[in-house]
Amino acid sequence: MCLAVPVRVVQVDGDMATVDLQGNRKQVSIALVSETKAGDYLLLHAGVALQVLDEEEALETLKLLEELAEAQRQIDDGEEEADPQGVGRLRRRPPPAPDEERR
Amino acid sequence: MQNLLNKLDQPEHARALLDRIDGLLAKINKEPAPGVPQPLLKFMEVCGTHTMAISRTGLRGLLAGKIDLLSGPGCPVCVTSDPDIDLMIGIAGKEGVITATFGDMMRVPGSRGSLNQAQSGGADVRVVYSPLDAVALAQENSDRQVVFLGVGFETTTPTVALALKHAEALDLDNFSVFVNHKLTPPAVKALIQSGDVDIDGFICPGHVSAVLGARGFAFLPEEFMLPAVVAGFAAVDILLGIVSLLEQLASGKPLMDNKYKRVVRPQGNTAAQRLVDTYFRVAPAQWRGLGVIPGSGLELRDAYQRFDASDRLQLDCNPDLGRETKGSAKLEKPDDTSPDCSCGEILRGMAKPHQCRLFGTACTPERPIGPCMVSSEGACAAHYLYGHLP
Repeated sequence: MCLAVPVRVVQVDGDMATVDLQGNRKQVSIALVSETKAGDYLLLHAGVALQVLDEEEALETLKLLEELAEAQRQIDDGEEEADPQGVGRLRRRPPPAPDEERR
Repeated sequence: MQNLLNKLDQPEHARALLDRIDGLLAKINKEPAPGVPQPLLKFMEVCGTHTMAISRTGLRGLLAGKIDLLSGPGCPVCVTSDPDIDLMIGIAGKEGVITATFGDMMRVPGSRGSLNQAQSGGADVRVVYSPLDAVALAQENSDRQVVFLGVGFETTTPTVALALKHAEALDLDNFSVFVNHKLTPPAVKALIQSGDVDIDGFICPGHVSAVLGARGFAFLPEEFMLPAVVAGFAAVDILLGIVSLLEQLASGKPLMDNKYKRVVRPQGNTAAQRLVDTYFRVAPAQWRGLGVIPGSGLELRDAYQRFDASDRLQLDCNPDLGRETKGSAKLEKPDDTSPDCSCGEILRGMAKPHQCRLFGTACTPERPIGPCMVSSEGACAAHYLYGHLP
């Protein structure tokens, strides 16, 4: 029930705004979020915007994820040299294959 | 921004996080004695949207045998008690009343059928997308009473408070709310204090926290030394949350972490909090499976009693709720719909959906018996739809 979705603000009109919800235009209340402008992304729940999404924070999370993925790629590349068929890549999935326990 | 959100939820990110989880588990899980396996770590989420996301994305299966992901009392529909559902159906049956509700409530059975059945029997029940639509209904139908069924947690309550503000500004005397709103932190606290279930960490609800702020569940590390993290709803968001919980366990330093900073601010949405506080005050509430928990619900302030459906329609609500349980956090006997239904135990994390003897046989999404199967966000519905792994 607490399902909320990100929507893009198309036009602001006082306490209401027209938003783009996956291609559909919808009138929603922006009474509970301050300083909203066209182009912003809002968290929408039951016709009422509850937050403005913070792009910088989303970028921070993306940076963290990319760093983790990069670190993992380096480990995988190291494994690939010793394992050119890439068996290790499959092996990392649960449930553990018997040869993983030997490793 | 949409591109950015799409970029976050990429398989390679999820794979890297799953590897990180394996690494942290190897660090934490040291066998207590040779041959004795470490008990599974138990993490609980308390949000129906997390319940669905964890099942839908396959995370439950990927982590099976490593981490036990439990669904707590996080679905407002599921925790609504039978007596409250009966009252709602009573409202729907009143002459001259239009009952407006979120769609989730329609099929939930009380002891005298569901709203759906009441509607089939001729009651005027309308599903609305927003509480503001219910105010519009009242404007369009000035000769009838419109009652909005106010069910929901901290995410939903501000939208109902806003509807009340609109009704007040319009001076509507035919709009009222049946207030059944609940507060999640007191329920989580009561669950921990009951000692019924041993949880190693909590994935805190992202959208409840968008309103409450990241501090909303800070009592978990501060009072109970339990790791806690606010997480979003994409697969990588949930995995980031699990990594944080494991890091806290590995370091032995529980804290209130926020991994959903693009939505959740430290102070939350203060405008929404103020609006809720204008119209509502804290009251005891009855939860399915948990009983009456003091300070876990809301009621309208005296100045706004005219918007209370119980007063407007002179319903006989349970006036003893507060007196009986004052100062006690003891959990009472669950009030399940059927004696065989395990919703109460499932909501407390004491049983898994597939352990209920009705699950998948007598109780299915098409013919649900308990609210955990009725609600699209219930633990049983999620397990049924996406495979019921242990």
